[in-house]
Amino acid sequence: MAYDKFNILKTTAVPLPIENVDTDQIIPARFLKATERKGFGDNLFRDWRYNPDNSPKEDFVLNNPTFSGKILVGGKNFGSGSSREHAAWAVYDYGFRCVVSSFFADIFKNNCLNIGVLPVQVSAPFLEKIFEAIYADPKTELVVNLPEQTITLTTTGESESFDINDYKKDNMLNGFDDIDYLLNIKENIREFAEDTPL
Amino acid sequence: MKKTLFDKVWDSHVVHKIENGPDVLFIDRHMVHEVTSPVAFLGLKSRGIPVMYPGRTFATADHNTPTINQHLPVKDPLSANQLKALEENSKAHGISYWGLGHEKNGIVHVVGPEYGITQPGATIVCGDSHTSTHGAFGAIAFGIGTSEVEMVLATQCIMQQKAKSMRINVNGKLSKGVTPKDVALYVISKLTTSGATGYFVEYAGDVFRNMTMEGRMTVCNLSIEMGARGGMIAPDEKTFEYIKGREFTPVGADWDKAMEYWKTLKTDEGASFDKEITFDAADIEPMITYGTNPGMGIGISNGIPQAESVEGGVATYKKSLQYMAFNEGDNMIGKPIDFVFLGSCTNGRIEDFRAFASIVKGRKKADNVTAWLVPGSHKVESAIKEEGILDILQEAGFELREPGCSACLAMNDDKVPAGKYAVSTSNRNFEGRQGPGSRTLLASPLVAAAAAVTGKVTDPRELMQEELV
Repeated sequence: MAYDKFNILKTTAVPLPIENVDTDQIIPARFLKATERKGFGDNLFRDWRYNPDNSPKEDFVLNNPTFSGKILVGGKNFGSGSSREHAAWAVYDYGFRCVVSSFFADIFKNNCLNIGVLPVQVSAPFLEKIFEAIYADPKTELVVNLPEQTITLTTTGESESFDINDYKKDNMLNGFDDIDYLLNIKENIREFAEDTPL
Repeated sequence: MKKTLFDKVWDSHVVHKIENGPDVLFIDRHMVHEVTSPVAFLGLKSRGIPVMYPGRTFATADHNTPTINQHLPVKDPLSANQLKALEENSKAHGISYWGLGHEKNGIVHVVGPEYGITQPGATIVCGDSHTSTHGAFGAIAFGIGTSEVEMVLATQCIMQQKAKSMRINVNGKLSKGVTPKDVALYVISKLTTSGATGYFVEYAGDVFRNMTMEGRMTVCNLSIEMGARGGMIAPDEKTFEYIKGREFTPVGADWDKAMEYWKTLKTDEGASFDKEITFDAADIEPMITYGTNPGMGIGISNGIPQAESVEGGVATYKKSLQYMAFNEGDNMIGKPIDFVFLGSCTNGRIEDFRAFASIVKGRKKADNVTAWLVPGSHKVESAIKEEGILDILQEAGFELREPGCSACLAMNDDKVPAGKYAVSTSNRNFEGRQGPGSRTLLASPLVAAAAAVTGKVTDPRELMQEELV
């Protein structure tokens, strides 16, 4: 499915300075029962965000109107655990277009790239600076520049570059997906399959 | 060029290489279940394309299925709807479907090997992170997201960059009461929950050589819990013996030809790994976790580490202990527990039930414990009955449930209530994993059994008879 193009994103950000945020926190398993890809944002961080009686937990960042924006900034090893793409869908559906961390779990990172959410890996010191800047002034904006592969703190002008392979970058810039690519080389695949017995 | 086992299998499946991009990797066998596949099938529908090779995909229902009264209609309408979608999608696309009630139904990573779908040298994927289980046979097997499930259905390929390689060696002799689960939890506790992220692991050394296939599956299953994409073990006579004669295993001349290839599936002498780590089997004791990720494990006789002594942020560590209502320095032994869960793709195989039964035999389930014993498949369930294990379990006050993922991720009714402690043979102790507010202690079937009969965390070695050493 083609998705939103990503070019330059300038926005405030939501801080979540917790390490090892796993996919069961991002979207608990009991909310994986849909057969369509919609509405997952309502249950993003469900059990951190709501009490068992569904009232909001005041101290959780998504319930704090001070913080908002299209970038989620998480602690080290963000997205560990299950392969559920629902976690990336929930992040997207809530309104985030980019997740920043000093380290990502593999499958979550892939899932994000496959649906047009940009994972930006920064150094641990830069992540600290981002958290400090947001807490000092929640209106602090970040600029994520995909063509240049940089992330910049507008308050101080400090910047860092991030990695993404050329293929995925091109996909993100244009909103292309992998299936289009694969369908294009279907004949090569067919030849390969003929030589590969079941 | 010397190659690792991982190189050999990966390189032989690359259809196309993209410069400064991913490889197009051909997938031999694809397994699907009800939770991560419906949106992939919807994607095919909206593109108006068919499944390219339906014979290479296998469907089973496991994640949200009930573990009692499976002959009755599924009560939860959302689960019922997902199961119906899997059945309809499988039928519409000509995919073999082992749904609820089917004699071959069970957890995807238990039935794959049982029926010989899992084979050495194959590439195997599934929309489930514990697909790494199949690596026990020398396959490259890993979990994928739903977008990738759609790719495999549509083109039998996915696009991924080749992972870095890591070899983990464990040598020596395991002590009494130390099982494959303990080996895995020990390794994860040393590497942390992200220590192998970006790597594909090969397990080597005499501890894995001497392990049964079931034990190797437990180890490979848990690879993802240290962040690894997958884990694999070179196939040997034990592997070939296990798969021979199973439904999807080649026969006759095809078997001979396959064997010729399978015997080449080992890391070349002198091949290099991006990272190599070696452990001594003698350092491992029965393990238990005390926190909210699988890396937070200790030998059962130890105390909970001080925040300052662990890697990572102190605040995250303290938050984790607060959730568990444990304190730094607490001893694990003697902590009261409420639930015991034996099952899952990690420890829901016949050997796990044999181990559990060896401890509870002649004893009684503790009154304060609710125990859920859930076989990984109908085949495991039958073996439990045929081997007389069911009688031992019932005599000790336990009941056997029907197969499924069950309380491992608590998508069905098998939920541990808020604040309660469960000793669980599954794979994740994340906050709320086994039900909102639940507290999970991951451990082996032996530790689970010891907890089930004593009502608290107990060293299983104290309950083991000498002949079981």
